[in-house]
Amino acid sequence: MSERTTSGLPHSSLSEPDPGLASGDPSVGSSPATVPELSGGGDLRQASLWSDAWRQMRRSKLFLLASGMLLVLAVMAAFPQLFTSIDPRARNACSLANSRKTPGTNGAWFGYDTFGCDYYSTVIYGARVSMIIGLVVVGGALLIGIFLGALAGYFGGWFDTVIARITDVIYGLPLILGAILLLNLLASDRFFGERNLATVSTALILLSWMTVMRLFRSSVISVKDTDYVSAARAMGATDSRIILRHILPNSLAPVLVYATIAVGATIAAEAALSFLGIGLQQPAISWGLQINSAQSYIRSAPHLLFFPSIFLSVTVLSFILLGDALRDALDPKLR
Amino acid sequence: MARYIARRLLLAIPVLLGATFLIFAMVFALPGDPIRALGGDRPLAPAVQEQLREEYNLNDPLPVQYIKYVGGLVQGDFGRDFSGRPVSEIIQQRLPVTIKLALVALAFEAIFGLIAGILAGIRNKSFFDSLVLVSTTLIVSIPSFVLGFIAQYTFGLRLGLFPIAGLNDGLQSYLLPGFVLGALSLAYIARLTRTSLVENLRNDYVRTAKAKGLTPASVVGKHTLRNSLIPVVTYLGVDLGTLMSGAIITEGIFNLPGLGRAVFDAIASQEGAVVVGIVTLFVLVYILFNLLVDVLYAALDPRIRYE
Repeated sequence: MSERTTSGLPHSSLSEPDPGLASGDPSVGSSPATVPELSGGGDLRQASLWSDAWRQMRRSKLFLLASGMLLVLAVMAAFPQLFTSIDPRARNACSLANSRKTPGTNGAWFGYDTFGCDYYSTVIYGARVSMIIGLVVVGGALLIGIFLGALAGYFGGWFDTVIARITDVIYGLPLILGAILLLNLLASDRFFGERNLATVSTALILLSWMTVMRLFRSSVISVKDTDYVSAARAMGATDSRIILRHILPNSLAPVLVYATIAVGATIAAEAALSFLGIGLQQPAISWGLQINSAQSYIRSAPHLLFFPSIFLSVTVLSFILLGDALRDALDPKLR
Repeated sequence: MARYIARRLLLAIPVLLGATFLIFAMVFALPGDPIRALGGDRPLAPAVQEQLREEYNLNDPLPVQYIKYVGGLVQGDFGRDFSGRPVSEIIQQRLPVTIKLALVALAFEAIFGLIAGILAGIRNKSFFDSLVLVSTTLIVSIPSFVLGFIAQYTFGLRLGLFPIAGLNDGLQSYLLPGFVLGALSLAYIARLTRTSLVENLRNDYVRTAKAKGLTPASVVGKHTLRNSLIPVVTYLGVDLGTLMSGAIITEGIFNLPGLGRAVFDAIASQEGAVVVGIVTLFVLVYILFNLLVDVLYAALDPRIRYE
């Protein structure tokens, strides 16, 4: 199948990172090996891609906005009790008498859910699951994708062909469909035995490493014949040292941009699966589950639908904005 | 060109086999016994169960089952579901719904995405341009099932403009789900058109066209747009391949009896033949549209030649 077609599985990124981003002039690369030692002479500094990018990002409003929102969400995920004094998981936290009361009742900002739990605290506690799954899945996809991509790009040959075909097969399967089947399988007694964080994360990792693999593979191919890699090889560096010390730092930029946006896409995917009833199960607190139970009351209690939807969308938006800011800063062509 | 197409079709065979085998293996490995579940609370007689298992090759090991299935597939036999109905009949019945949905979505994408993208590209850095950038980012951030509910609530329940669910109002029933299904790609197309137009407007031939006194409409419409739309047209092609599978969630929310619903229900009841049949169709469509796009690319851009 064509390498050019852009329909990646984590479909919701506006901005497929440009694979050419790393294939540009190697002199903008960041490896210490490429930067000549400059001594003396006033404020000559080592201007690597990353320090340039960091300087540009600090000035970008987009970056400040996105990282500010993500900071709030991260604190919300780690310490929800800072945002609300009610723990929705505690006993006596909910009272069925309050079932589906509208926002404003008894001073509850977001109203109450079907079980009469304070909806504000329930929604706040939902951040944790989303953040964990987003980061774990993308972390896992990065590990697998970079490992396989490095091997396929660096060594080529039959290994490359096999990996490329496997990637084609998984790309050909619709993500939601593959996830439904994998989740049914992983939740069986043979594997996890239940649908929890680990089950959902594993299923999503298995279906989302391919784009990282392709990006990293093409980056590796574009830098593996550069002079500094030849120089390292001439000096007797082993393959693993060349990959880890010379190729990896120079191929990372497009993968990082993609990974940031992919966190958002993964969070949306988890919510979609939980919404379909095949992801996390009650009593887990997840925005997808909340939206699922809200759908029967869309007429009588639309607030149940809106609050988790807003939190979910804002979280996804933050990661997309951060990825955009990162790409603007890392792509030398845009400067 | 013919050789290129033939080679691509040959390359598609292992992908198709791999994808169907993967799905087959996963359905096969699912816990529970679909035949025993068939009877519900009143189990079928053991002899009947045994006969059914034999009939559906469930006693064979997985590779044998798979080979028998592919053997049937090659002869156009998609197998039968557990009530004896041919899978091809299910597909025939459900396919029109999904195709209509995908076409409505595609129309939304093409019309609104192109208009927004062209206007934003011509008036680069204007207020409208920023509006398109911001709104496309927002659309992309809203997961499609959330967008589905919001559309259902706002346009269906509150404003009463569109039917909320089901297929009772003919083409009107497809408008809201089609919009939800196409929203993501609409945003993508608007951005793609804008970027590509802005880039092309910087070219020398555009300056020449302006210099010889052509009207702005002619400069954009005749000279620039034709080049700028190449990536957009190819994206639309790839997208039609993925739209069909994106219908799983949309069809669920809006209660449309299409292929997406069929496959979701079939997984729940472990109707292996139905699942694999529909997935084979999805993968086939995806592969064919990818090929179509690559061929189209060569036709639109004379610089690209396939050997």
